[in-house]
Amino acid sequence: MGEGGRLAQGVRAYGLIAGMWIRSTMAYRASFAMTAVGSLVVTGLDFVGIMLMFSQVDALAGYALAEVAFLYGLSATSFGIADLALGSMERLGRRVRDGTLDTLLVRPAPVLAQVAADRFAPRRIGRVVQGLLVLGYALASLDIDWTAAKLLLMPVTLVSGAAIFCAVFVAGAAFQFVAQDASEVQNAFTYGGTTLLQYPPTVFAQELVRGVTFVLPLAFVNWLPASHVLGRPYPLELPGWVAFASPPVAVACCALAGLAWRAGLRSYRSTGS
Amino acid sequence: MDDGRGRGGGSGGGGDGFITLDRVEKVFDVRRKAGFLKRERQRVRAVDSLSFTVARGEMVGYIGPNGAGKSTTIKMLTGILTPSGGRLRVAGIDPSRERTRLAHRIGVVFGQRTTLWWDLPLIDSYRLVHRMYRIPDARYRENLDRMVELLDLGDLLDVPVRQLSLGQRMRGDIAAALLHDPQVLYLDEPTIGLDVVSKTKVRAFLRELNAERATTVLLTTHDLQDIEQLCSRVMVIDHGRLMYDGPLAGLHEAGEGERTLVVDLERELPPIDAPAPARVVRVEGARQWLAFPASRSAAPIVARIAAEYPLVDLSVREPDIEAVIAKMYAGRAGRADRAAP
Repeated sequence: MGEGGRLAQGVRAYGLIAGMWIRSTMAYRASFAMTAVGSLVVTGLDFVGIMLMFSQVDALAGYALAEVAFLYGLSATSFGIADLALGSMERLGRRVRDGTLDTLLVRPAPVLAQVAADRFAPRRIGRVVQGLLVLGYALASLDIDWTAAKLLLMPVTLVSGAAIFCAVFVAGAAFQFVAQDASEVQNAFTYGGTTLLQYPPTVFAQELVRGVTFVLPLAFVNWLPASHVLGRPYPLELPGWVAFASPPVAVACCALAGLAWRAGLRSYRSTGS
Repeated sequence: MDDGRGRGGGSGGGGDGFITLDRVEKVFDVRRKAGFLKRERQRVRAVDSLSFTVARGEMVGYIGPNGAGKSTTIKMLTGILTPSGGRLRVAGIDPSRERTRLAHRIGVVFGQRTTLWWDLPLIDSYRLVHRMYRIPDARYRENLDRMVELLDLGDLLDVPVRQLSLGQRMRGDIAAALLHDPQVLYLDEPTIGLDVVSKTKVRAFLRELNAERATTVLLTTHDLQDIEQLCSRVMVIDHGRLMYDGPLAGLHEAGEGERTLVVDLERELPPIDAPAPARVVRVEGARQWLAFPASRSAAPIVARIAAEYPLVDLSVREPDIEAVIAKMYAGRAGRADRAAP
């Protein structure tokens, strides 16, 4: 079977399992309603914190509230999509420890798809909704000089950003094959990453910005494309086309994460721990 | 499947065996804590040059103490673990290299880990199996009806799994593992924790399945009765090596397994003068314990005691698998020592 076949098989298995989890969630409707509302409120409060900060200052490292909202909206939406799709992967370590991963390995479906769909939680849609609301507010209040390229950059950036976060989730899960209690490390990169990106790059030290651009390329989720759309200089000296480089960066990240996953699974199957 | 018997053995590959292991090894590098931050590496040979074949339609008990290498073997046979050496084939497939292709041919029941969906009605789990294994609709319905009938699941299909008893859930799990017509069924402790009625149901079902579809069954268990009632063949593994391979009766001889007869007399009496080879091993008031080789029938001993003593009640206890294996192991070591000089 080719890679395409495996991908189709994986997507199908993901859909089947996610569907079962949605039905499981609906077995407790009241509980679902409460956690969904709770999730929306908690993520909503996140942005309220930033608004409160702006009630005291007019700009944050040169960025106005609407501009920070633009960064926030892009990052939160991308992250929300990845979290909705793969958020449960951080539980892999637990499955490795208690041995339930084995039950997935005897099924005729890719393990990655099965682990990704495990405990699929529809309430996580709240984060995506909140991100889109903030993004909508930013677009409504900003006076952007739109060009075709900038318009196209919006959906491309969201999709690429989601793919980059997905790669981080998969790579983090792959690491848990080796270190089963590493879910906190993974959280530092995923939840930590999205929080970092919600602030302007100009707030941070050059070294950090460099790390986030060249080492773990989270800057391609929003900082670089947003700098172009907002017409703001990026703290590092970079050619103009990097604003459009998110898709190839996302593809590279996903490929690397895929390799890491394979290595992790291979190591599990040779050591069983 | 009807074509199974005729075709299965031949297409299985690896000679006449349906499952073949040829000097299969599994070596783990275990890291152990040796003080703060310091780790010691140690090589552990979980499975050591293991060779055996199982023919299509056989029912084999695979037993051994905890940590003997049982589950490592099963994990290699199901494609979960990759062997470190040797050759392994199940239905002509190399499990570790073609895991998903193998998955269509095997059914696995992990005794204490249910694969059923906790919050959903039992039938939903079966519908998922139906779609995930791409079982043709007619075949699925036919198999499901048969399972429901044989495993008595009719009233349970619409019940959320979390509300099922342990025995009901085990039956549900077994059905889930068989809907896709696997040629091999691996059962890990299928009767652990079940009550007598459930145990009987599960065993009767497995016999029926084996007779009807020639499904090859490999089961690990701590319950000798499982093996007595189901398996014509037993394999004993210890320290990653095959210690015994043959019928259960032979295992008792090899292990000098003993059954225990517990006799309640009307009153306290001196030790019973039992017919050889039975002998009294313990006396406590009116109750006496007699031991005799597991390969012998209890009937003549019971008849003799009943005829000569005021008998109130009696029961027979089967030897414990662990004890049999421990004795067998000690016996071999002893003979080897004696043979050495």
